[in-house]
Amino acid sequence: MITLLEARNIGKRFGGLQALSDVSLTIHKGEVYGLIGPNGAGKTTFFNVLTGAYTPDGGEFVFNGSELPVGKPHKIVGRGIARTFQNIRLFRDLTALENVMAGHHVRTKAGVWGVLLQNRFTREEERLTTERAYELLRYVGIERFADVVSKNLSYGDQRRLEIARALATEPQLLALDEPAAGMNATETGQLKLLIDQIRRDGITVMLIEHDVKLVMGLCDRVAVLDFGRKIAEDVPAVVQKDDAVIAAYLGGGKHAH
Amino acid sequence: MNELVAAVPWLGKRNPTAARWLIIIVAIAAPFIAWQFGRSWVRILDFALLYMMLALGLNLVVGFAGLLDLGYIAFYAVGAYTFAFLASPHFGIHLPFWLILPLGAAFAALAGIMLGFPVLRLRGDYLAIVTLGFGEIVRIFMLNLNYPVNITNGPQGINMIDPIVLFGWDLSRNIRIGEDFTINSLFLYYYFFLAAVAASILFIQRLQISRIGRAWAAMRDDELAAKAIGINTRNMKLLAFALGATFGGVAGCLFGAFQGFVSPESFSLMESIAVLTMVVFGGMGNIAGAVVGAFALALLPEILRDVAVPLQQTLFGHVLLDPEVLRMLLLSLAMILMMLLRPAGMIPARARYCHDHHLSNTLKREAAK
Repeated sequence: MITLLEARNIGKRFGGLQALSDVSLTIHKGEVYGLIGPNGAGKTTFFNVLTGAYTPDGGEFVFNGSELPVGKPHKIVGRGIARTFQNIRLFRDLTALENVMAGHHVRTKAGVWGVLLQNRFTREEERLTTERAYELLRYVGIERFADVVSKNLSYGDQRRLEIARALATEPQLLALDEPAAGMNATETGQLKLLIDQIRRDGITVMLIEHDVKLVMGLCDRVAVLDFGRKIAEDVPAVVQKDDAVIAAYLGGGKHAH
Repeated sequence: MNELVAAVPWLGKRNPTAARWLIIIVAIAAPFIAWQFGRSWVRILDFALLYMMLALGLNLVVGFAGLLDLGYIAFYAVGAYTFAFLASPHFGIHLPFWLILPLGAAFAALAGIMLGFPVLRLRGDYLAIVTLGFGEIVRIFMLNLNYPVNITNGPQGINMIDPIVLFGWDLSRNIRIGEDFTINSLFLYYYFFLAAVAASILFIQRLQISRIGRAWAAMRDDELAAKAIGINTRNMKLLAFALGATFGGVAGCLFGAFQGFVSPESFSLMESIAVLTMVVFGGMGNIAGAVVGAFALALLPEILRDVAVPLQQTLFGHVLLDPEVLRMLLLSLAMILMMLLRPAGMIPARARYCHDHHLSNTLKREAAK
């Protein structure tokens, strides 16, 4: 198994709150890796540190064999890590197609002069961006809404659009922050198929999720965070039976708070 | 142009080609119509075109990139003073127009970046306050840089600025054809400015529907998400400030040459607000909006002033309200009416920025498969 991402002793502190302490984990190429834990355990903080939205207080990320730059989101996206947000963050006034086209920004190069002169390179790049964006909309199943302004899409479709936009950055690792939040059973089922498809297409997926059924059915391995610490990491069936995990979720035991 | 065409009432959607020709004909015929009311009206049209250019440039910063700029007129000042320094007896330098224009644009762009750097992390109200301060700083520099070394000639301003000379053709001279037919210099300036505005529209439209325009729109809608998909927001903000300033600088160069005189008083805060009002009135984030807003708000006060002064004299025997006071009053009134009736501006921004034909081509190919 090839290691794609290695987090080494990541720490992050907000004032008096230790949001992450010494979190180390390894994600292999091609797997779906779940990150679970009670509310406030530090899952989203981990995503934010990984994608450069926050700078960690300690530790480092090694991605594809070399260290990730700290606190430079656009460079991290350039290296091949894309994310979605827990509370959907689309470009509200752009159409679905344009949202995905914007996602392709980091893989395109046209500069001011190219745009002003509309040279062949720029036109060709723009054409490819449009085509690719359309393909991605079809991939997530909302191509019929290409022309719809994204704020007018239904909730489930907005979630799909956000995934399409993240895929447009051509990532190797796709980090999904609670993609099934607020979805009904049918939509969750479709989402599961989509994530399966993404994995089959060779993109490693990292997943924060509360829906236990989804996590257990989808993930190859799961890490559990509690109060900023990793308390377990294994295949779902083992994690499910782990005493510390059960205590963290239900309270009691030596982890009683 | 497409947005402008679509904005023509009734005709725009039914027959875009006819609407396009209508706009072209009106733009070409406008000074002849204005001439019937007196030469000052052609002059007002010339200024309306300069305001259009300013509004287009400011729209790029405020409407596309979502960076509220209350000091935009400073770039206009930089352009105008660049022209005044390099083509007037003040320093005794008389460079050709084609050399000064890019210089003025470059200096303005530089000023834009200088403003951009310190405000990178500011948004909304805070950004507005700092840009407002920047505009005032530039004006106060112009006002006071006459001592100990006289650079800007202080409040007196710089006069006797060279006119625009295109390849040995002086735009400030009337052309005399035959015995009794002359083309007034105001017409020549009008068409030159018209060409400049047309070029600005073309460039800004290309920017808007490009990779860069999308990145600006993304940043405007959600900066965090824009970062998360790999947009370098720092560079994109600086680019927006620099490009917006470039248009202001070019307009300033044209203004200096056209007016033949620049002084700090032309670049007051009120002017910044007037240009912003044009953008907001027309519809933010929309090229047609900027054009229509600038045209309406540059012309309306003049028309009403023309009416108001004689009207007041007939009614009260003397002028109660100074035309300049009236202008601000009318701008405010226009804003209040707009907020009540059309909160998104005269021509609300369309949501779509991308190439229509790219999409339709793709969709056609899909259908053919």
